Amino acid sequence: MLRIEASDIAVERGGRRVLSGLSFALDAGECLLVTGPNGAGKSTLLRAMAGLLPLRSGTLSHTPDSDAPLAEQAHFVGHADALKGSLTVAENLTFLAAMLRTGEAGCSVEGSLAALGLARLADLPASYLSAGQKRRVALARLLVARRPLWLLDEPSTALDRAAQGMLGKIMAAHRADGGLIVAATHASLGIDGRELKLGASS
Amino acid sequence: MTLYRPPRSPLAALFLREIRVGRRIGGGSMLGVIFFLVLVTLTPFAIGPDLALLSRIAPAILWLSGLLATLLGLDRLFQADYEDGSLDLMLTSRTPLELVILTKCAAHWVLTGLPLVAAAPLFGLMLAMPAQDLWRIALSLLVGTPALTLIGAIGAALTVSLRRGGLLLAVLILPLSVPVLIFGVAAAAATESGLLPFATPMMILCALTLLALVGAPVAAAAALRQAGS
Repeated sequence: MLRIEASDIAVERGGRRVLSGLSFALDAGECLLVTGPNGAGKSTLLRAMAGLLPLRSGTLSHTPDSDAPLAEQAHFVGHADALKGSLTVAENLTFLAAMLRTGEAGCSVEGSLAALGLARLADLPASYLSAGQKRRVALARLLVARRPLWLLDEPSTALDRAAQGMLGKIMAAHRADGGLIVAATHASLGIDGRELKLGASS
Repeated sequence: MTLYRPPRSPLAALFLREIRVGRRIGGGSMLGVIFFLVLVTLTPFAIGPDLALLSRIAPAILWLSGLLATLLGLDRLFQADYEDGSLDLMLTSRTPLELVILTKCAAHWVLTGLPLVAAAPLFGLMLAMPAQDLWRIALSLLVGTPALTLIGAIGAALTVSLRRGGLLLAVLILPLSVPVLIFGVAAAAATESGLLPFATPMMILCALTLLALVGAPVAAAAALRQAGS
């Protein structure tokens, strides 16, 4: 079971310190809701946890300290959906399943699409999808490859009420499985979790 | 829900995806060879109907056109993935970024470089090259264009976050492609009589490609890791 501990981390973007002195710990099955006004550094925190931004200071440790760095145990769902418009939904997901795979097997592409109510769209080019449907496909990759830490940046953007319910369901299942979730959000995601409030940077 | 493992290795899946994206609508993989054709067709109009002159400078024209055609789609090599967020996922993959880059370059070369190699003998004929010399231009392009793609990948990685990076990319990598151009043309322009040797420039060209194969993915990976932060 994965456990994450951040102590006194600071992150800079373009020479400007966006986050500093941030500490938190996250146990298996826990969910951390990162809130705060625009520009508070929510996305920066998630990108830093995904290994996409270097830490200026502080440590981000995880136990068990296996060979895989934290970035390779994390799913990062950012603002961009990472879909190729000319490929079908199923082709996109098959590629992402292979690219993001870890030692453990994930769900099948069909099963993941069904979990997000997209089963009938599998053979449609991704460019034909609406913003909400693209978002659902981006979330479906959480299922096709199994990774213990989910880093979700505004996951419910563009999702309708039904899809928000599906998202809540897969997040609950992931936590029940011992997974960790860190979500940056303004809306309530329909799950309970500790809240980490980031202040606005001047 | 049934559990399953992806049928392909990450790199095979990436290669297949790149080929599919390139071949479908909007991929523009055939643009390079069409651009190559346009350049080669324009040259005789500019130079005039002197066949002897044309056949003498044909290897240089073919190589220059090949170089420019290779450059054509390179600025999108990583930029498309950077913009749609795929690059972030490649960075969190368990597959080393260097191998991801090498695979992307291989797919890019298959889509743009290989058609150039296949078309070169035909275009050589259009420039009045003797038929028995055509294999040299094809072989030198076959060996040399991968080096151009790989060197271009460094430039593509450096300019990945720039909206209009295409021109900067050309300025960055054209000086680096000078050795490839020199030895490529030298190998293509060799003669049967042995006055201009074939083996020496060809072997140096092979060496340049091998060097790019080892060095370029490492350099491009370093640039891409920087681009994220």
